[in-house]
Amino acid sequence: MEEYTFLRQFADSWMLLALFAFFIGVIIWVFRPGSKKKYDDTANIPFRHEDKPADREEDGKK
Amino acid sequence: MSNYIKLIALGLVALFSMMAINYARDVAYMVHAIIILLVSGGLFIWTLRKTDEPVTSVDLSGEYMDGVVRAGVIATALWGVVGFLAGVFIAFQLAFPELNFEWAQGYANFGRLRPLHTSAVIFAFGGNALIATSFYVVQRTSAARLWGGNLAWFVFWGYQLFIVLAATGYLLGATQSKEYAEPEWYVDLWLTVVWVAYLAVFLGTIIRRKEPHIYVANWFYLSFIVTVAMLHVVNNMSIPVSIWGSRSVQVMSGVQDAMTQWWYGHNAVGFFLTAGFLGMMYYFIPKQAERPVFSYKLSIIHFWALIFIYIWAGPHHLHYTALPDWASTLGMVFSVVLWMPSWGGMINGLMTLSGAWDKLRTDPIIRMMVISVGFYGMSTFEGPMMSIRAVNSLSHYTDWTIGHVHSGALGWNGMITFGALYFLTPVLWKRERLYSLSLVSWHFWLATIGIVLYAASMWVTGIMEGLMWREVDANGFLVNSFADTVAAKFPMYVVRGLGGVLFLAGAVIMVYNLWMTVRKAPAKEASLSVAVPAE
Repeated sequence: MEEYTFLRQFADSWMLLALFAFFIGVIIWVFRPGSKKKYDDTANIPFRHEDKPADREEDGKK
Repeated sequence: MSNYIKLIALGLVALFSMMAINYARDVAYMVHAIIILLVSGGLFIWTLRKTDEPVTSVDLSGEYMDGVVRAGVIATALWGVVGFLAGVFIAFQLAFPELNFEWAQGYANFGRLRPLHTSAVIFAFGGNALIATSFYVVQRTSAARLWGGNLAWFVFWGYQLFIVLAATGYLLGATQSKEYAEPEWYVDLWLTVVWVAYLAVFLGTIIRRKEPHIYVANWFYLSFIVTVAMLHVVNNMSIPVSIWGSRSVQVMSGVQDAMTQWWYGHNAVGFFLTAGFLGMMYYFIPKQAERPVFSYKLSIIHFWALIFIYIWAGPHHLHYTALPDWASTLGMVFSVVLWMPSWGGMINGLMTLSGAWDKLRTDPIIRMMVISVGFYGMSTFEGPMMSIRAVNSLSHYTDWTIGHVHSGALGWNGMITFGALYFLTPVLWKRERLYSLSLVSWHFWLATIGIVLYAASMWVTGIMEGLMWREVDANGFLVNSFADTVAAKFPMYVVRGLGGVLFLAGAVIMVYNLWMTVRKAPAKEASLSVAVPAE
């Protein structure tokens, strides 16, 4: 029971706070300055490389 | 060399399954041992014939691995029809109990066929759709060939073996009686092996990607694979009574077992039927609409919000039970909060069409995808509402729940899968277009009207049933017996069955259309298949 009580208290205090902070962090990160250009590029991934994988020479290049 | 190891392993499996047939303690186990003997024996002969033959190794890294996706498309379409057919039959069994034939008692009565239907549509139809589309999408969005070579084929065939073992087990009575997790211990172990291989193929491809960023669809697919692995392992912890029999005993019992089961059950909805299918939405809707997703930022927030919240919603299945009130309140609150990410995702999918709404008139495939997202929005509104304790006291154990599940499963999962199949078939078989767009329109309308009939009849009968159960007279006595409610539901059960017939008819038309696309539609000209960069 000791373990249960500890986990229960930890879950609804520090862990809750940590997860919530992580989530808020994600939102802030998403709206960071300069993200729009990057995300516009990322959103277009489905329209590249439809027929075959990227060539080895252009590794890392989009 | 590796063939010799394979031969030894297959020989041992065949030997073990022969012993298992001999010592089998129940029919289901014996039948399964026979199936495994046939599979391992067949694979043994197949491997033997290839052994020590000259191997020609071709460098395939310049091509996508589409064979396994093609097989997945075929499996999805066929299992879909099987699952819908089983559903239509059990719907009429409820309306007309004579269909529980006397000669088939113990094999084909409602109780045996119902898990066959649910597993066939969720795991066989939905699962194959997820595996096939995830293999397609992860290759295109990573610009890399599937990792692991033939491991992808192992995932495909291993998964089909799981489906066959599960389905035959249900008919013969091998079940651990956990909803959507009925297969017994050895089938669970096999699925675990297949699933780890699936994760390896998917993750390996992502690691090898040539795009710097992991496209959002892959995030959803990956969360689906990882979470289902976790759910499956925890919910199926059991100890076999004997290694020669299918029976097992659950490790947990009582309310802990119930809570684990619905933690599994609701996250099967949340991660199998939602996160995975959202992966489909985030790839196939932009592709079909020929424009990028409405807001990529929203899609990231959608992802994290959805996976953070969904995992807590399970306890709403256990209102008014031995589960402590705080736990079911927690489940209820998270279910209501879940409305936000669900609708965020729906808006993101729908708004992808902004500026291209005219396509709704001309393209029945995009119409299918849009109505699918519409049904997603509808059932993710209905679900949180039904999870509220006061509403649940009316809706729980009634047909309203079944109606809710089907508006989500037929509307959202079914329609987005049909859309993906219509998109994939011409691409994978290098056809210029589908065989017939008007048949797609027929499918669209048959399926939509079928779902409307299904959902509407289940609302009526569910709420009626709930009200009849709680109706008391002036002296506080219950007015209706249970049999009264069963009799009152008959007309709605017939309407529900008819809705199912329409949905099934649509799926049969789709299979015909896809078949004719492969057989008859004009082949894509070779010059068109040369890659043209989008920018």
